[in-house]
Amino acid sequence: MKKNNLKITIASGKGGTGKTTVSTNLSSYLASNNHAVVLTDLDVEEPNSALFIDAKLKETTICNKMVPKWERADCTLCGKCAKICNFNAIVALPSEVLVFPELCHSCYACSELCPTNSLPMNPVRIGEIKTFEATDFHFVEGRLDLGQEMAVPLISQTIDYVDENFKDTIKIYDAPPGTSCPVIEASRESDFVILITESTPFGLNDLRLAVETMRVLKQNFGVIINRYGIGNNDVEAYCQQEGIPIITKIKNDKALATLYSKGALIYPKIEHFKNSLDDIATFIGAIK
Amino acid sequence: MKEIVVISGKGGTGKTSLSASFAYLAGAESLICDCDVDAANMHLLLDADFDKREDFMSGEIAKIDADLCSNCGACEAACRFDAIHRIEDQYEVDPISCEGCWYCSRVCPSHAITMETQKAGDLFVSHIKNNAQMVHAKLGFGAENSGKLVAKVKQTARNITKDSAIKYIITDGSPGIGCPVISSLSGADLVVLVTEATISGIHDLKRVHKLIKTFNLQAVCIINKYDLNLEMTQEIEAFLHDEDIKLIAKLPYDETFTKALSLAQPIVEYDKDCALSHLVKQAWETIKENILIKKGI
Ligand code: SF4
Ligand code: SF4
Ligand code: SF4
Ligand code: SF4
Repeated sequence: MKKNNLKITIASGKGGTGKTTVSTNLSSYLASNNHAVVLTDLDVEEPNSALFIDAKLKETTICNKMVPKWERADCTLCGKCAKICNFNAIVALPSEVLVFPELCHSCYACSELCPTNSLPMNPVRIGEIKTFEATDFHFVEGRLDLGQEMAVPLISQTIDYVDENFKDTIKIYDAPPGTSCPVIEASRESDFVILITESTPFGLNDLRLAVETMRVLKQNFGVIINRYGIGNNDVEAYCQQEGIPIITKIKNDKALATLYSKGALIYPKIEHFKNSLDDIATFIGAIK
Repeated sequence: MKEIVVISGKGGTGKTSLSASFAYLAGAESLICDCDVDAANMHLLLDADFDKREDFMSGEIAKIDADLCSNCGACEAACRFDAIHRIEDQYEVDPISCEGCWYCSRVCPSHAITMETQKAGDLFVSHIKNNAQMVHAKLGFGAENSGKLVAKVKQTARNITKDSAIKYIITDGSPGIGCPVISSLSGADLVVLVTEATISGIHDLKRVHKLIKTFNLQAVCIINKYDLNLEMTQEIEAFLHDEDIKLIAKLPYDETFTKALSLAQPIVEYDKDCALSHLVKQAWETIKENILIKKGI
């Protein structure tokens, strides 16, 4: 592997396909081969990679988003701000202006268009970024506070944080599930996206959706087939037909599922899984 | 009419195959809703025919009329989402980045920017293989209003059941603990929590249970792959006991599940008489009994 600053996003249409298993094991495997690695859990609504990693907390950074704060002093109660906000985050009453931070998208329109500057933007906490030191690699986690709904700003802040703090380090992003805004945010700046699926009609359905998304983003991507051996050949046929590279196939194996259930690292114990990681490492090393 | 919502916090626990099994068992007594609008796939298990389709409109994006634009750049300066750029002498909006906040259109001195309502997805009402009906949806690319689409799916389902003989709405809930799952849970008479005996399974169960508690909903639980990790299963059982949640089934790790999935069949259709099917049938009977009992009585 030549590039020491690669950014790889590991995604899948759905949860439960093995994303966390692959990203945690791949990070450890690359680290054991003398690469500097940082793994980042971008599933900020429900990060749980930390359960699988034996790591010491090093630093916690508070993340904010900017939200208007009403200052009564010069406000003429003209009501313009409430009309401007397209997300119903402001209500203008006859005697006061109310702001609902959960609904605010931080567009600044109300603040900058208020004739009396009565709505300055202020930081409001939405979550935190935690940095951990594992035995062999770095681990970063973005965690949205309970009840917060805006995952995207926290994902982009987490990516920026990793960019700034980890130079010359391979970056592996464990993406949130789905095909909507959060996974787009987690994928768009990557060098390569790995989509994990399994060879069932479900897997194929989810893969198609994820592929659609990657194509709109004009992203480079490849596929890992997990639990290979169950199901049928439709996923392989689909990849061939669409010219999508299959990076590796991970064999279906109850022993692997058992190790996973305990949160243990898998590649030191299961040879075929280690070979699959090697396929992935070789593959991403080949990206120009 | 009673509403049963199946949720699991995270994907991969077998939630969809279980809800499809319940729907299959309940037949025309039930109506099924797939609230995983981001990556719906229950239609695969139930042979949905995509009978009726409707556009789901939500959210807006800005559009610049090049003929009116004077290239002053005010819109680019205003946009906080980096969605407007000058490309070859003309300002253009990147639809993927645009949040639809209207700021640019309000500052444009030439009135060159209009806001267009976007199609955010499709809503379907289908007939499925056991003659029941199903409501499902597909969220469009990059759309974010999934909570609203989920609400629309549920509303459509309720409208259909009005003045009908349908006794149950069975909902396959959205994953996660955010806005879509809150929409999935609205109006639930009983929540079925599906978890698996893994370290993340119990973690997600606890998170999603917090949500159920907030809404004061009655819940029962199914542990999938319980024999993968017996210690973990014990831990889950202790948690359920403390929280007064009834455990209605413990399903073993069984490849039959996946075999059924690869033929796109619910387990109770694939092999009516296997041990797993019996457990699922029993679970469905217990759900029906439990839904009539209100908490605290
Ligand atoms: S726009 Fe400004 S002055 Fe008018 S009601 Fe809002 S805060 Fe007050
Ligand atoms: S910043 Fe934008 S979204 Fe937030 S309250 Fe003001 S107008 Fe509404
Ligand atoms: S509507 Fe808002 S987000 Fe979209 S381009 Fe205009 S200013 Fe930017
Ligand atoms: S603000 Fe209006 S006139 Fe100015 S560049 Fe933008 S679209 Fe054109």
